[in-house]
Amino acid sequence: MNVSTLLVTLVALALFSYVFGKQRALSIAKHNRRSLHSIPSYYGYMTALWCGLPALLLLFLWLLFETIVIEQLLIASLPADIQSLPSGQLSLVLNDLKLLATPDLMDSTEQTKLEAVKYLLSMQEMSNSLRTVLVLILALAGAAWGFSRVIGKTPARLLVEKVVLFFLILSSTVAILTTIGIILSLLFESIRFFGEIPPQDFLFGTEWSPQTALRSDQVGSSGSFGAIPLFLGTLLISSIAMLVAVPIGLMSAIYLSEYASPAFRSVAKPVLEILAGVPTVVYGFFAALSVAPFIRYWGEMIGLDVASESALATGLVMGIMIIPFISSLSDDVISVVPQTLRDGSYSLGVTQSETIRLVVIPAALPGIIGGILLAFSRAIGETMIVVMAAGLSANLTVNPLEAVTTVTVQIVTLLTGDQEFDSAKTLAAFALAIMLFISTLILNIIALYIVRKYREEYE
Amino acid sequence: MNNTEQIKKSLNKRYRKEKRFRFLSLLAVLIGFACLLILLVDMVIKAWPAFIQTEVKLDIHFSQEKLGLATNFDPEELQNANFRGLIKQSLQQLFPMVRKRSDKRALMRLISVDAEYRLRDKLQAEPQLLGQTVPIWLLVDDDVDTYLKSDKQFGRVSQEQIAWITELEQQERFQKRFNYWFFQTGDSREPELAGILGAVIGSFYTLLVTLLLSFPIGVMAAVYLEEFAPRNRWIDFIEVNINNLAAVPSIVFGLLGLAVFINFFGLPRSAPLVGGIVLALMTLPTIIIASRSAIKAVSPSMREAALGLGASKIQVAFHHVVPLAMPGILTGTIIGLAQALGETAPLLMIGMVAFIVDIPQGATDAATVLPVQIYLWADSPERAFVAKTAAAILVLLLFLTVMNGLAVWLRKKFERRW
Repeated sequence: MNVSTLLVTLVALALFSYVFGKQRALSIAKHNRRSLHSIPSYYGYMTALWCGLPALLLLFLWLLFETIVIEQLLIASLPADIQSLPSGQLSLVLNDLKLLATPDLMDSTEQTKLEAVKYLLSMQEMSNSLRTVLVLILALAGAAWGFSRVIGKTPARLLVEKVVLFFLILSSTVAILTTIGIILSLLFESIRFFGEIPPQDFLFGTEWSPQTALRSDQVGSSGSFGAIPLFLGTLLISSIAMLVAVPIGLMSAIYLSEYASPAFRSVAKPVLEILAGVPTVVYGFFAALSVAPFIRYWGEMIGLDVASESALATGLVMGIMIIPFISSLSDDVISVVPQTLRDGSYSLGVTQSETIRLVVIPAALPGIIGGILLAFSRAIGETMIVVMAAGLSANLTVNPLEAVTTVTVQIVTLLTGDQEFDSAKTLAAFALAIMLFISTLILNIIALYIVRKYREEYE
Repeated sequence: MNNTEQIKKSLNKRYRKEKRFRFLSLLAVLIGFACLLILLVDMVIKAWPAFIQTEVKLDIHFSQEKLGLATNFDPEELQNANFRGLIKQSLQQLFPMVRKRSDKRALMRLISVDAEYRLRDKLQAEPQLLGQTVPIWLLVDDDVDTYLKSDKQFGRVSQEQIAWITELEQQERFQKRFNYWFFQTGDSREPELAGILGAVIGSFYTLLVTLLLSFPIGVMAAVYLEEFAPRNRWIDFIEVNINNLAAVPSIVFGLLGLAVFINFFGLPRSAPLVGGIVLALMTLPTIIIASRSAIKAVSPSMREAALGLGASKIQVAFHHVVPLAMPGILTGTIIGLAQALGETAPLLMIGMVAFIVDIPQGATDAATVLPVQIYLWADSPERAFVAKTAAAILVLLLFLTVMNGLAVWLRKKFERRW
């Protein structure tokens, strides 16, 4: 039985357990209404939980460890000379065997591999049937146990509610588990990377060419991992984006919150927010195929040499994407500024624009800066626009007309090609990602702190 | 000159400044609108050629001899029969002057590589056609298609080919029709054959996994945090975590998926299952935050009334609070899923960039999703893929519009003020 049929069977069994448990409770209640601790349906839930939960847990653990255990057993069965291969080659052999282990490929397999493949297939089959049998037995046993517990004095509701509460708590920790998962996976691979490349070379090196050679005598075989050009490229593109987004976003927010009629505002705000809802891959296409050629064309008209993957085009389009972030965040903080401040200013004979510039904006400034920082962290983490429209080769320059590459572009190019997972090249992606994660995290924490502090001031 | 006069004199200047400031801020809003408009119009203009496909009418003689079939042949043999030869023969009759081998090959290149399979399907469906000559509409190659659509300004067709195309045009053998093929197939290396159905189905499975994981977990987490959680450091820590996760770059989630789910747990690469899990982790903060505010908005009197009638806290939460908050929760979920539908970067990391022709049959099959398909096509050198990309973008935007429209409708319809 495959996993999905097994799951469906489990659900069906749990449903049956519910019905039987409830029936039994009802029949007890028929004799003596007050002999039950809880409403009959809770006895049904209890039986269903006993049936489903342990079995599901077993299935989950089985699936988690199945591949690892089978792999170990398979390795143990292989001839000694294969076992002693380095881990990279060994995993290639294993992958090969796994690919061969489909019924229709069996005929074409070489004799030497045939035995291992047969062994693998038999193990997979055995694991499959053993899994089905054990899970179903556990489900039935659980159901029987739960059913036997359907007696008057069992506090079924309390038991069920305890389980429910446990799941509620478990769900709320998923966010923490995700964060831990991110940190651990990035940290683990980065440490391996820094074992090969010294951190100071990575952080302060100005040469980025991550090609690791196939042979040791090849030219440029060492590969150099100086990340400064990437950081600079990221900063250049995000700065261009902010130069576009901050004035437009801020001024839109001012118009929408201070000047616009309610009717205009109720239309304009959602329309601007559509810009934030457009998938970034669409912006990437727009930047690469429409904006970049356009800028290149006009650049050549006035005699400028513009690269076809110029930082300017990429930053411009990224700026368009960021506009709604800035405008809605600024709008929020501007509308928190108390009306009394404006009224006080008007009563002194100050015009509306002067009030905005001299009273409202300074009052809202911390919140606006927080919003800008959030938008900036969004810009440096943005991937698709730069992958599609920015350059691939590292270029240490601040000229917006040239092509630069960014941290996210390099992560994608390092990990989407075909290469073994252990090379410095793929590990470098994790080191870059941890830099990205840390910098966006710091930006966010500062921004949220500023915004919260500012809100408290007026509430 | 006294003060009043001075102020009066400066007033005009200040009013002008006022007007200028107001105009500038309005201009900013209009620039935002203009960007959106340009983006959409650009996509529509780029996309339209993809929805129209050129076909060419060829008189095909289904000759048994040319197909390489014996008189009493097994129907199975049709699979490998020489249908390409039929097309060659038909073209030869149209252009008897073409003699050189290289020219003949160039002539064949006018027709899509798919044409022979269409002929085979046709003959298998109607065996009585054998031995007859019938006019049949066949797909043209993408270069010819682009040439005909782009007002004859396209460099990839040679002078001879242009002559043949003009000849065919004069015989009125070309027809343009709606490209329904685009919505019925998976990816292909040949632009005229590439479709988005595979990507749409892949997106569907991915979003299904995302929904099944993120909706229950998100709602349960929100219920716990709003209704049960004590106010302490641990809960503050959870909240900070949720807020930070919402701002973690999406590509980092992709690396998490690669390192944990693929390399550590050994889940299949390129599968909607892993994509769905990664996107579920990404959408969780959105759903939790939306659900919490929906739950918070339920009036405390509802809770007190239920508690007063003897309901337990769990009963209050699941029988009263969650149903009342459901419109808000669903709105948040749909918005979260819409974000997940447009997400590309994390899926690149877990290998969903593979070139996949088949339409996925389940959540563990190798698949690609709409935004990744857009990325792949945008990278392809053939010019016809530009239109395909823009067309796929329009389809994606259509899905997003429908989802967001649904969310807005839900909010409007069930919005309740206490």
